[in-house]
Amino acid sequence: MIEIVAAGPLTTVQDAGRAGWAALGVPRSGAFDRAAAGLANRLVGNAPDAAVLETTLGGLVVRALGAATVAVTGAPCPGADFGVARTLPAGSTLSLGTPAVGLRSYLAVRGGVVVEAVLDSRSTDLLSGLGPLPLRAGDRLPVGPAPCNLPSGAIAAVRMPSGPFRFAAAPRADWFTPAALALLTDSVWTVRSDSDRIGVRLDGPPLPRSRDDELPSEPVLPGALQVPPDGRPILLGPDAPVTGGYPVIGVVAEADLDRAAQVRPGDTITFRSGSGSG
Amino acid sequence: MRIAPYGERALLAEPDDPHDVPSLRALAADQDGVVDAVAGARAVLAVFDPARLTAERLHALLASADLAASRPDVADRTVELAVRYDGADLAAVAEAARLSPAEVVEKHASADYRVRFCGFSPGFAYLDGLDARLHVARHRTPRTSVPAGSVAIAGEFTGIYPRSSPGGWQLLGTTDAALWDVSRDPPALLTPGTRVRFVPA
Repeated sequence: MIEIVAAGPLTTVQDAGRAGWAALGVPRSGAFDRAAAGLANRLVGNAPDAAVLETTLGGLVVRALGAATVAVTGAPCPGADFGVARTLPAGSTLSLGTPAVGLRSYLAVRGGVVVEAVLDSRSTDLLSGLGPLPLRAGDRLPVGPAPCNLPSGAIAAVRMPSGPFRFAAAPRADWFTPAALALLTDSVWTVRSDSDRIGVRLDGPPLPRSRDDELPSEPVLPGALQVPPDGRPILLGPDAPVTGGYPVIGVVAEADLDRAAQVRPGDTITFRSGSGSG
Repeated sequence: MRIAPYGERALLAEPDDPHDVPSLRALAADQDGVVDAVAGARAVLAVFDPARLTAERLHALLASADLAASRPDVADRTVELAVRYDGADLAAVAEAARLSPAEVVEKHASADYRVRFCGFSPGFAYLDGLDARLHVARHRTPRTSVPAGSVAIAGEFTGIYPRSSPGGWQLLGTTDAALWDVSRDPPALLTPGTRVRFVPA
């Protein structure tokens, strides 16, 4: 069992999410930076999809009520041994400071956080209200039995990759003028402060549309670049609804999607046409 | 049918007749390697696991689908929902449609509906079959909170808010039916393809 002493701005439980339920209107949810969550799990010997804590801009303080082996990955928080499995003695606390770069850090506990699953997942879905509520001071979270795999002795490198987000044009790219795709790739986009797990909202030149009619509701995916009437794209995140009423100009490459979890308000990003392998 | 890539792990397929969307969705969902098959008003997004299925293979499977012959989603399941037609927008809808409120209720409750797709929020079903006289626009400014169980219309669709949420649809009435219950399998009362009737209560 671990206890939340402080939750910081936002800490939620996340695992691989709810793939398979989208037809009923259920967002995928799950860890926004899937690679970082998977790495934290591997370091403590968990299955890659075990539930971890996703904390936003640090501030998380946990107390181990029994001895617990933990690992922290994602945005590097001062105060925590980073990218390495470490055992907390019973009664001790671990404090994650505010990262200087990146946004979301992941704390895995050996055995996984085993709160009750809803629709096969323990993830908090902030849009739909599925899964556990965002964590608050005083919450106690059960930890599962230790897995067969031993914690890794490895020290993982802290990498906050940069570079353009690669994307492929989407079927509704023809709802925009040819100039819009050029604007998307030639402009520098600023991450807005109203970004969250539902979407990374961007500021930049409005992307002009070639038609003004209303798009009938259409399925969307995390990674889609949806453009509302104000012309400013939203990179959809894991808690985005499964359908949307605005045209999608492009879809970000799977390999670059985790990085969308780590951009913070005020950061600037760029886009480049191309697939994940390029 | 138009089929186009949607990123690296999904295809967006648009049948010529939007009423075929539920059948196409069910057919896509049945393919080995398809992780999620999600319908919208006109199109189906088939998300696949690239380790088990290629985009080319899925494209061929969807392109060769005989939608007229296979209607796997059209189970004979019909759900009847008792509705109190006491919605906040009933009078305004009647005025916009140049009908009396009683005529709006009569038209809404006498049609046969079918779930074309679920979206917006878990268990929110977009129902086909709304009388063309009742096709009205959404509110320009959505309400910040629409009560759970609100029976509403917008554009060509009618639907029910499974839980209290912001929403811009025109409210005609209320039902006590549990549209969404995670302890139930499936958790949604109205799944794609389900037929629905409204019964004035």
